[in-house]
Amino acid sequence: MPREEMEVAPPLEYLSILDEEGDLDQELEPDLDEEELVQMYRTMLRARRFDKLLLEWQRGGRIGTFAPVSGQEASQIGAMSAARDEDWFVPSFREIAAFLWRGGDPVDMTLYNAGWNEGVAIPEDARDFPISIPVASQLPLATGLAYAIRLRGEDDVAMTFFGDGATSEGDFHEALNFAGTFQLPVVFVCQNNQWAISVPRERQTASETLAQKGLAYGIPGIQVDGNDILAVRVAADEAVKRARAGDGPTLVECVTYRLKVHTTADDPSRYRDEEEVERWKERDPIPRFRRYLEKKGILDEGEADEMTDSVEEELGGVWEEAEERIETLGGPDVMFQHVYADLPPHLERQRKWFGTDEEENDNG
Amino acid sequence: MAEMTMVEALNHALRQEMERDESVVVLGEDVGEVGGVFRVTDGLVDEFGEDRVVDTPVAEAVIVGASLGMAVNGLRPICEMQFSGFSYHAMHQIENHVARFRWRTRGRFPAPMVIRMPYGAGVRALEHHSESREVFFSHIPGLKVVIPSGPRLARSLLVSAIRDPDPVIFMEPKLLYRQFREEVPEDEEAHPLGESRVAREGSDLTVVAWGAMLPRTVEVAEEIAEEEGIEVEVVDLLTVSPLDSKPFTESVRKTGHAAVVHEAQRSWGPGGEIVARIMEDSFWYLEAPIQRITAPDVPVPFFAREEAYLPDKDRIRKGFRAALEA
Repeated sequence: MPREEMEVAPPLEYLSILDEEGDLDQELEPDLDEEELVQMYRTMLRARRFDKLLLEWQRGGRIGTFAPVSGQEASQIGAMSAARDEDWFVPSFREIAAFLWRGGDPVDMTLYNAGWNEGVAIPEDARDFPISIPVASQLPLATGLAYAIRLRGEDDVAMTFFGDGATSEGDFHEALNFAGTFQLPVVFVCQNNQWAISVPRERQTASETLAQKGLAYGIPGIQVDGNDILAVRVAADEAVKRARAGDGPTLVECVTYRLKVHTTADDPSRYRDEEEVERWKERDPIPRFRRYLEKKGILDEGEADEMTDSVEEELGGVWEEAEERIETLGGPDVMFQHVYADLPPHLERQRKWFGTDEEENDNG
Repeated sequence: MAEMTMVEALNHALRQEMERDESVVVLGEDVGEVGGVFRVTDGLVDEFGEDRVVDTPVAEAVIVGASLGMAVNGLRPICEMQFSGFSYHAMHQIENHVARFRWRTRGRFPAPMVIRMPYGAGVRALEHHSESREVFFSHIPGLKVVIPSGPRLARSLLVSAIRDPDPVIFMEPKLLYRQFREEVPEDEEAHPLGESRVAREGSDLTVVAWGAMLPRTVEVAEEIAEEEGIEVEVVDLLTVSPLDSKPFTESVRKTGHAAVVHEAQRSWGPGGEIVARIMEDSFWYLEAPIQRITAPDVPVPFFAREEAYLPDKDRIRKGFRAALEA
């Protein structure tokens, strides 16, 4: 009848590969194809640029509230790039960078942000879930996708994204426990961006890390420098490999920072110091990765600048294209589409409210 | 007297009740430092401290469940669901404990608490932020469901909700948060729960409305009076549950015509109960079918189409006309 220390889980790991100067630990450096590295960098630039445009459009009243991604590009692209196209992408509401990596169309996202349901039409071949706003509610969905993958004998993976605040919700704990119990092929990517609207990470949980929350559910957890795209990629590669091999889920905590507002409805100056933001700007994932690519000789300065320009040019026409699309969209009765497989008679009657003098009391 | 928006009036009620009764506590996501995403709790943390104005983790189930524990143990919690769309995370606490704790404990542990939540469409919000789900809560025995229609009543109803011996779901129509100002007296004012009011008197048609639909319903009533001499009586529910039906069923005995306006979806919506009460109590006085002027039975569309979704003045007027036929 002893009282003794128990070993309940493997020790938690922390991973960082690339420092702020773009120097790296060569032993940890992943062996990635140059073309892919360039693609990752370009997508980071696209996300940053698109974020800026969305913010301008929001301030100009062209679109509604949205949640900027700036600062979290490495976490999202580092993780998402570890998945194949056939794997499932289950986002929260800030995954602009992951969305672009998946081949998402900025015009669609613009439509979504301008308040048009057509913006979330998922292309036929994409295994992408729509933006999910209620915090942590998408995690159980990813778990179900993963259960079906296993039952159908496939080797795909479900990758889901969420923030530090989400780890407080019941859905987070239920999803992790379920995934752990059935050893499901799901990768939980937590972007710990330090702030859940106005509540700092240390007021969200007394837990020292978020990664360790996996351990209680029998899920390996790893904390990585979320502004180091190589570290995120390595951790995600391992997690995806584990899931694909049938060895269960992983919780990856990316330590990162939300450089801008929670959403455009928010004013961070009410709760956080500009100094803190400045400190994190020095750890911006984009220049860090650029320095790495330059040091490796993958991109020279001119090419990197040129890429910035070409991204700007590419996205320069998005608003005009979105406006053109909006012109083609249907009227209010579009809201009756996709409510059911077949529109029930009473809804068919209600649809006629718009543009006719039908009596409302007629139930069909 | 000061002119206040609904946000300011609610803040005023919270501040006065916290001053009056030190057992009153406020908790929720971002209610402290930033004063709530709509600023309803603005400044309270500076005045009453972090122990009484609590920024919680993002976890609605525990916000509501813990509020019940606090209520049973001597506090008067007012918890905030950041948007009504996030209250579903807490639905099992509301249904299984909050609504029936008095009943479950044979009266030993009542749960005097308020669950505040902004709700409703019309402010270009994101998905899941615009629903009008008063029936979710009204269908649960043991809860009171309150919806103000203007700043002054918002203040006086919130005061009553805080002092009520039973749990109150206090739904705030966010379209009206800053839409207009009203005089709100500095002195205490408490409108009793369970009492509707006649917002406009009339003799030709009885219309029931509440929340964000109330101001536009009254506007149409004024227009139709001026243009056509038709006098519409508008009853503002204020408390959706328990439903104070006598004022509108008696009004129908006078007018012989009735309509209900709500932004909730039509089928199984609050209009169904209101129409049933009229049929039960005043059927023999009706001269025409009752009209429901509501949102259609579809999810609230993204905001580019939300104005078409909400009953607007044209549809309200069309509904009035149909209710007046025969």
